[in-house]
Amino acid sequence: MKLTTKLMAFSAIVSASSASAVELEVMHWWTSGGEAAAVAKFAEAWDASGNKWIDGAIAGGGDTARPIMVSRIIGGDPPAAFQFNHGRQAEELIEAGLLLDLTDVAEAEGWADIVNPPTLLDACTVDGRIYCAPVNIHSWQWMWLSNGAYEKAGVPVPTNWTEFTETAPTLQAAGITPLAMGGQSWQQNGAFGVMAVALAGEEAWLAVNRDKNADVVMGPEYARVFEAFGAARELSAGLNVQDWNQATAAVINDTAGAQIMGDWAQGEFAVAGEVAGTDYSCLPGLGEVAILSTGGDAFYFPVVDDAEITAGQKELAAMLLSPPVQVSFNSAKGSLPIRGDVDLTTVNECTQKGLDLLAAGNILPAGETLISPDTTTQLNDLMTEFWNTPSMTPAEVQEQYAAIIADAD
Amino acid sequence: MALSEATHAGAQTEQGGPSHKPVRAFKNISAKLASLPMVFTALIVFLGGTIWTIVYSFTDSGLLPRLRWDGLDQYERLWNSRKWLVSIENLAIYGVCSLIGTLVIGFTLAALLDRKVRGEGVLRTIFLYPFALSFIVTGLVWQWILNPQLGLQSVVRGMGWESFTFDPLNNSKIVMFGLLIAGLWQGTGLIMCIMLAGLRGIDEDIWKAARVDGIGTVKTYIRVIIPMMRPVFVTSLVLIASGIVKLYDLVVAQTSGGPGISSEVPAKYVMTAMFGGQNLGQGFAASTMMLVTVVIILVPWAILEFGGKKRG
Repeated sequence: MKLTTKLMAFSAIVSASSASAVELEVMHWWTSGGEAAAVAKFAEAWDASGNKWIDGAIAGGGDTARPIMVSRIIGGDPPAAFQFNHGRQAEELIEAGLLLDLTDVAEAEGWADIVNPPTLLDACTVDGRIYCAPVNIHSWQWMWLSNGAYEKAGVPVPTNWTEFTETAPTLQAAGITPLAMGGQSWQQNGAFGVMAVALAGEEAWLAVNRDKNADVVMGPEYARVFEAFGAARELSAGLNVQDWNQATAAVINDTAGAQIMGDWAQGEFAVAGEVAGTDYSCLPGLGEVAILSTGGDAFYFPVVDDAEITAGQKELAAMLLSPPVQVSFNSAKGSLPIRGDVDLTTVNECTQKGLDLLAAGNILPAGETLISPDTTTQLNDLMTEFWNTPSMTPAEVQEQYAAIIADAD
Repeated sequence: MALSEATHAGAQTEQGGPSHKPVRAFKNISAKLASLPMVFTALIVFLGGTIWTIVYSFTDSGLLPRLRWDGLDQYERLWNSRKWLVSIENLAIYGVCSLIGTLVIGFTLAALLDRKVRGEGVLRTIFLYPFALSFIVTGLVWQWILNPQLGLQSVVRGMGWESFTFDPLNNSKIVMFGLLIAGLWQGTGLIMCIMLAGLRGIDEDIWKAARVDGIGTVKTYIRVIIPMMRPVFVTSLVLIASGIVKLYDLVVAQTSGGPGISSEVPAKYVMTAMFGGQNLGQGFAASTMMLVTVVIILVPWAILEFGGKKRG
């Protein structure tokens, strides 16, 4: 009798403790060295809280990963959590009622007061209900330069786009590719976006991306950008890589001069042990404008029938925005935290530039928050075609870009 | 037992009177019952799915299907899209070359193997091995082989030929041929085996007769053997054609549609539109067009094949 009672008590305790340990499958596309180190911080924190993080990493970037996540969700076998960028990527999923309402978590944790800028939450707020947990701020508006490469070529590191184009021939003569660019279309379209903000200006960029004004696309400011982008095509000849981190690796290895890439590239420099200012330099807004675009990543949670998992999802959402997790994750990833009340552990001069811009309010909404995935795909296709077709003229691209914007929803 | 009883009953009922329904439907009933699951699958999944897709291609469905009529807008956008036009062109090039290449190489290898060579089993296995690989693995392997820094070009250059260039995957004009190499490498083995089986079915006497008549070997193959192997060629054609139309994962693994959009194919256009662009309507329109193309080729051929027999 005593043994039976003990056994029953033991199994009751075991089942009780295992009942509180929630296993959540989390899907994301953070597979480069720096990104993997960062998501490991989330996993550590979740495992430390007595639960289990089942990692569902998908290689190939967002354009490969998002379709997989979407088909899992609409196919009826959703993961417990998944990562998308801030913006309209999850719009239809929210409208179809497939994602978990996190408003109660947001109110309990006071997200409305902590999250800065508030547009991060607005991007996933539908009818006043919040559906995502934003985890970082990433800005596309950066150019990363290799100090070693410019030293080899014997020229000072450029401080803006004009100087970059002027010193490019010297680099080419020294056998260094001036501009590192990967083969995936989102990289080319992204670089174009950065050049548009820097060379055409904020107002023009907002008119095109927020107001879908096709006339501005046909105007002189954007014409300048298309010309510059056309000229940039030649500056990337000689490097044949696909992924963004392979292009960053070229900058790290001093075989390329510069890369236009968002601040997630900092994670790669960190993993390679390079120091900002000494081994590499950074130019926000290509050195032409002082601006930060507030894109980044957010976690969404599909609706599941299991109450235990739902409770776990809400717990995870709260944990992702908690101060210690925000610090450890963003320090590893090279992004800025979404809460202004934390101090990052590793703040090199580039992250500091970003934080200063954020504090000063020099921010732009990210492209993904303004443009639907359908329009983004069309623009990606157009810009990659332009990048890879030397015979295509800037004037042709300008017309087709205007047509896509005119039709955008 | 049941079969003969049913036939007997059928015969009796037929003699019974014109008011009874002819029970030819109940002939072979066990076979018909056994084929019911496949009939339902074909009707519901294939036919039903196809009709659903065609109907929804006239809507503006985004990430999830919805019945908001859009008329022919999706088709207009499709045919104005340069990516779509490039995909069709690429599929045509790949299709024609793959068809001819696979048949020629497959038949040649089969003919060579059929000549009672030593180690035929080993050779057959080696040629068939690539077929066991998925298109993703094939695409990735050939991406590495055709990579100028890692693969064939650097190996040959290392051997001394400094100016040797073999970089199809970075050249917009010939990237489809890079894909073709990988596709042929993967698919020829199966066709070779099918052809070999067909060749084995040719009577020894035909060969003897050809030798007696003094017809050369190559001529024998072309004029006598190949016409006799018509059903085998038709089977091979169907297998190759289905492989061509569904070309997607090889492109994704080997070139991702690049450089730029020069190796895009229709299936990839559909997948990118549906899941990447979250635009189901556009994807449905594109796949309907793919179906129309296949039907346009298939229907005249079916009429030729089966229409003739009925008349005869």
